[in-house]
Amino acid sequence: MKPILSVQNLCTRFDTFDGSVFAVNDVSFDLMPGETLAVVGESGSGKSVTMLSILGLLPRSSSKVSGHAYYSAGAGAAEVDLISLSSDELNRYRGNHISIIFQDALRSLNPVLTVGEQITESLATHKGYDKKKAYKRAIELLELVGISQPDKRFNNYPHMFSGGMRQRAMIAIAISCTPDILIADEPTTALDVTIQTQIIELTRHLQHELGMAVIWITHDLGVVAGLAERVLVMYGGTGVETAPVDQLYEKPLHPYTQGLLGAIPSIAGSGTHRLVSIEGSPPDMFQKPKHCQYTWRCPHVFERCWNEIPPAFEVAEKHFSKCFYDLIKKEPRAEDR
Amino acid sequence: MLKYLLSRMFYSVALLFGVLFLVFMLLHITGDPVSLMVSRHATPAEIEALRQELGFDRPLLVQFAEFVKNALQGDFGRSFRYRQPAMDLVVQRIPATIELASVALFMAILMGVTIGILGGSNPNTALDSIARGLGLLGQTIPTFWLGLILIIIFSLNLGWFPAYGRETFKFIGLTLPNKSIILPAFALSLFTTGQLARFTRSAVLEVMNEEYVTTARSKGLKKMRIYSRYILKNSAIPLISIIGVQFSYLLSGSIYIETIFSWPGLGNLLAEAVSTRDFFLVQATAFFTSFVVIGLHLVTDIIYMLVDPRIRYR
Repeated sequence: MKPILSVQNLCTRFDTFDGSVFAVNDVSFDLMPGETLAVVGESGSGKSVTMLSILGLLPRSSSKVSGHAYYSAGAGAAEVDLISLSSDELNRYRGNHISIIFQDALRSLNPVLTVGEQITESLATHKGYDKKKAYKRAIELLELVGISQPDKRFNNYPHMFSGGMRQRAMIAIAISCTPDILIADEPTTALDVTIQTQIIELTRHLQHELGMAVIWITHDLGVVAGLAERVLVMYGGTGVETAPVDQLYEKPLHPYTQGLLGAIPSIAGSGTHRLVSIEGSPPDMFQKPKHCQYTWRCPHVFERCWNEIPPAFEVAEKHFSKCFYDLIKKEPRAEDR
Repeated sequence: MLKYLLSRMFYSVALLFGVLFLVFMLLHITGDPVSLMVSRHATPAEIEALRQELGFDRPLLVQFAEFVKNALQGDFGRSFRYRQPAMDLVVQRIPATIELASVALFMAILMGVTIGILGGSNPNTALDSIARGLGLLGQTIPTFWLGLILIIIFSLNLGWFPAYGRETFKFIGLTLPNKSIILPAFALSLFTTGQLARFTRSAVLEVMNEEYVTTARSKGLKKMRIYSRYILKNSAIPLISIIGVQFSYLLSGSIYIETIFSWPGLGNLLAEAVSTRDFFLVQATAFFTSFVVIGLHLVTDIIYMLVDPRIRYR
């Protein structure tokens, strides 16, 4: 099967007064139709910037994006490289074929437009719906995302909604044109746990209903396990490991992933253990990487790690790790691939 | 919402009262009003008699109370100089000032908001630098100097506009000013233009970085729509208050501009009244201008409430 989105060698650099920030350094991944891919990593690992780069949402004057993001809408449809498109050309895909929802729904909604208007404007733009048709569809959408009294809520402003309802409204906007891909950029981080579960459930339900693929960005590994089919672990602006979710939890094969999973507190312990953390701090993003970015913190580091950027080794079926150290044989890899 | 409205109204009335009190006291500090009315050869006894007759011998607070009492009935006393009711004189001057203020405000919004949007949407470019320069210039050029320069260039040298006065023409029963309003209105508008340009720029700049603008772009909306419904609509909120406040200042009449261009408005009247120490006329003018300023602030708050749904429901 052909991936619906294929990201290849994506790099993003920001030019600031203090120098260039290398936010994303060579990220590649595929997204299959209808699947859920979780992207995990700590703050500053480049998760959000990767997604914003794909959709061309970064300020063009201060950022430089290179690489490819091939999108193909279904079998037979032509492939387009989203990175190469102009802003106007991208507008045919954004909000129509690919939608994104953000962490803070209050700040992501326009405070001076009603929620209803913010849904109908997408429908008018992409589907050419007239007022009546768009209204009807918007009411359906509000119902679909579980907002009661949708005809009344249609005319409400975002500040009149609760936190969970706002995120539901954001989702209604995002799915209004039945996209093929929904990018969820930490949509539950700002919500409390019960609401968080509701939003995750809602997304899963909608995914089944509409058959869309979902990229779920999070730093919460607990969320990932029950949600995704595949996981991409990001560190220092690159994807260090990608694997089917069960395999990743059972047999993490990149030292960073191991550290990350080791840091999940266990409820089985006596309760007197200190929380485990990964020693050291994230890499300096002002330097263009010349070697693996985890070297400073890696327990298995050896000479080669300081000289080369590791390629993606296929360590098991559909399981890739960018590391020169073979964690199965407990020794440095003899040769590439 | 009603509570908010009522409290704003209460403060407005209290403020107006305070301003009147201040003007009244300040005027009396400048000296005895009676000495202006009598001939230079009057005897002290005659002056004292007139003072008693006009009530100027009573304590200031009593005089103020009487002034307020009469003012509430619409009586602001008679101008010493014109020998007419002071408020009538003020009312006669209102149309000229409203014309000037409206045209000036229109010019200022047109120029200021345009400059601000151009600068704010292209931050740190040459266009932005020009916009910022123009904004600063507008706020710093002294209006009286600008007025004179405009007269020299456009009236004396080029002869495009009259140098002074208000000329009118009739249009479906309305008396409207002709091109004679252009120079004074432009000179008057420049400060407001500068302020609007700077505020618009920073408002647009701030809103452009808001997450909902990113959302709008992620929805694939057209550029024009993002500007009109997201950036400009949100930037307009802080601008409304500035426009309201500026209009109230413009409406209270510009002393410099109206004097330089001999524009028969409130500013001109006030300048005359102060220089001749025409007590009642100064008080009437001061009352009217404070009424306008305070009233427009109130109206601005109400508009604010209508535009920003977050205030409406507080």
